[in-house]
Amino acid sequence: MSVFLARRLATLLATLLFTSLVVFLVLEVLPGDPAEVILGTEATAETLAALRAKLGLDRPAAERYVTWVAALATGDFGLSHAYSQRIWPLIAERMAVTLPLAVMAMVLTTVLALLLGVYAAAHHNKPADAAIMAVSQLGISIPSFWFAILLILLFAVELGWFSAGGFPGWSKGFWPALQALVLPAAALALVQAAILARITRSAVLETMREDYVRTARAKGLGRDRVLWRHVLRNALVPVVTIMGLQFGNLLTGTIVIEQVFTLPGLGRLVFQAISNRDLALIENVTVLFAFIVVSINFLVDLLYAAIDPRLKARDV
Amino acid sequence: MSLLEVNALRVRLRGPDGPVEAVRGVSFSLDRGQTMGLVGESGCGKSMTALALLGLLPEGGLLHGSVRFEGRELTQLSDRELCRLRGNRIAMVFQEPMTALNPLHSIGRQIAEPLCLHRGLSSEAARGVAGELLHRVGMPDARARLDAYPHQLSGGQRQRALIAMALACEPDLLIADEPTTALDVTIQAQILELIVDLVHERGMALILISHDLGVIAETVERVAVMYAGRIVEMGPVATVFGRLAHPYSRGLFAAIPRIGGGRSGGGRGRLAAIPGRVPDLAALPTGCAFADRCGHAQPVCRLAEPPPLAVGPEHWAACGRLDAVLASDG
Repeated sequence: MSVFLARRLATLLATLLFTSLVVFLVLEVLPGDPAEVILGTEATAETLAALRAKLGLDRPAAERYVTWVAALATGDFGLSHAYSQRIWPLIAERMAVTLPLAVMAMVLTTVLALLLGVYAAAHHNKPADAAIMAVSQLGISIPSFWFAILLILLFAVELGWFSAGGFPGWSKGFWPALQALVLPAAALALVQAAILARITRSAVLETMREDYVRTARAKGLGRDRVLWRHVLRNALVPVVTIMGLQFGNLLTGTIVIEQVFTLPGLGRLVFQAISNRDLALIENVTVLFAFIVVSINFLVDLLYAAIDPRLKARDV
Repeated sequence: MSLLEVNALRVRLRGPDGPVEAVRGVSFSLDRGQTMGLVGESGCGKSMTALALLGLLPEGGLLHGSVRFEGRELTQLSDRELCRLRGNRIAMVFQEPMTALNPLHSIGRQIAEPLCLHRGLSSEAARGVAGELLHRVGMPDARARLDAYPHQLSGGQRQRALIAMALACEPDLLIADEPTTALDVTIQAQILELIVDLVHERGMALILISHDLGVIAETVERVAVMYAGRIVEMGPVATVFGRLAHPYSRGLFAAIPRIGGGRSGGGRGRLAAIPGRVPDLAALPTGCAFADRCGHAQPVCRLAEPPPLAVGPEHWAACGRLDAVLASDG
């Protein structure tokens, strides 16, 4: 088990290092000078040079990369030029919106997908199965921002159950803040739930054809008991894999959804940083996104081992 | 009253090109403590016959005819009622020990499951019984193996675990579908011996399914040879093997490789193969299904299904040319 863990951790670190390198190089070859953006086109050559020196832009790229990564490793995210403040508090404040949003969307996705997928598989080739598959096909085809607008029109404008956008902040109490995240989370979850429901259904159907399912039936277990005791856990491996990938998708999906609902989240921060050419901020947030996605995949690997005893054995 | 009476059993499966008759009118009966073998090539309907007895046909499978177990008509029972019989009164051991066990549950849990289900034992009590069962089926270090997962066991050990599982509730009828096919030859003999011992020890009836005539000859009292969904020859093992009557049974016997080169069916040196191939069950010819591959076939064979004809006491064969075939022995 420790070998399993160590190997996965090494992969995690290597992925992060590689991501940081790619992000750094891409921004390096991109045209445009941060100093020029900050000072404007009117600035004199001397002030530009002075600022470059202050930002460290005059030093060689390799040196700057190493300094940046070394700082990141100690949790120092550096300074944002556009906001003229330290980046970490900026990110932390936004994460308090985006992370709950993504987690909520993921929970919604999982619950919906497992219920629908298992139900469809248990009623394979019956009308309920066909209906669920048709709805999920529709769900996959609808862009989340359009679905978001529909949700706003129905639940915010027509029924008035939720606000159409904005975020009161967690300081105003747990429920109002949570309420503000319900519609965006639902908009994000729809597509992912539709995909995951289909994956779940086919994984369950696949597993139901296994020999050990027939053995379980021959023992005298009824269809439902076989489904819950023998099929579901075996079908979970592909489902968990997709869930890991989907969490990454949900994070990037927040960039669009936070715009639609005007939520002060990480996605919105990235959007603004790109328009402001705030390179330090873009770099750091991108690596942070990568860190979250890679950590989720690490978690998924751990889940595999918890689900399937064979995986533990193989890696030791 | 016989323990099991199967009458005119038919199984129709959903094939890729429409329905396929996998079993076409199989009848036999079995008393308590009796053992019988079903033998034939793959696809002859022997496994489908077994699954039909348990009511576990694949999705879309249709069953006709009658299966009476202790006088109860099983084909009329609901799935819930069948569940009370399966694993309790009728148990089955499957062919592939590698895939027939759930990879995510310990074998102790899997053996205990029917005990909790049918006997209402607590999981602790069931675990105790499971340990005894594992010990009885010859699992080395049985109690310690309760927590082992299937991937930690060898093929033979897994088959022992599956047999322990089938025995858990002391069934009246054990169906073993090719229980040794996936195992090494040395292990095969041990597992067969174990099954025979257990059947005698507990007075169970046994249906042993195999494509291996040698296995059948050593293990059971009666044999039924199946071809294209029908029983073509049946009788006591000693009588049938003493005087094989149906041309298909003879072909099957002649196709067994033997050390030393001597062959019962053909000449020396070459293995006798049955000419032609197993007919497509979706497009069976009228008359005898074996006619196209049979050296004795005459036009009359293609007119109607041959009825069973007596060869000897309790020994019959469904061959329209039986007299000619038997006369050819000289």
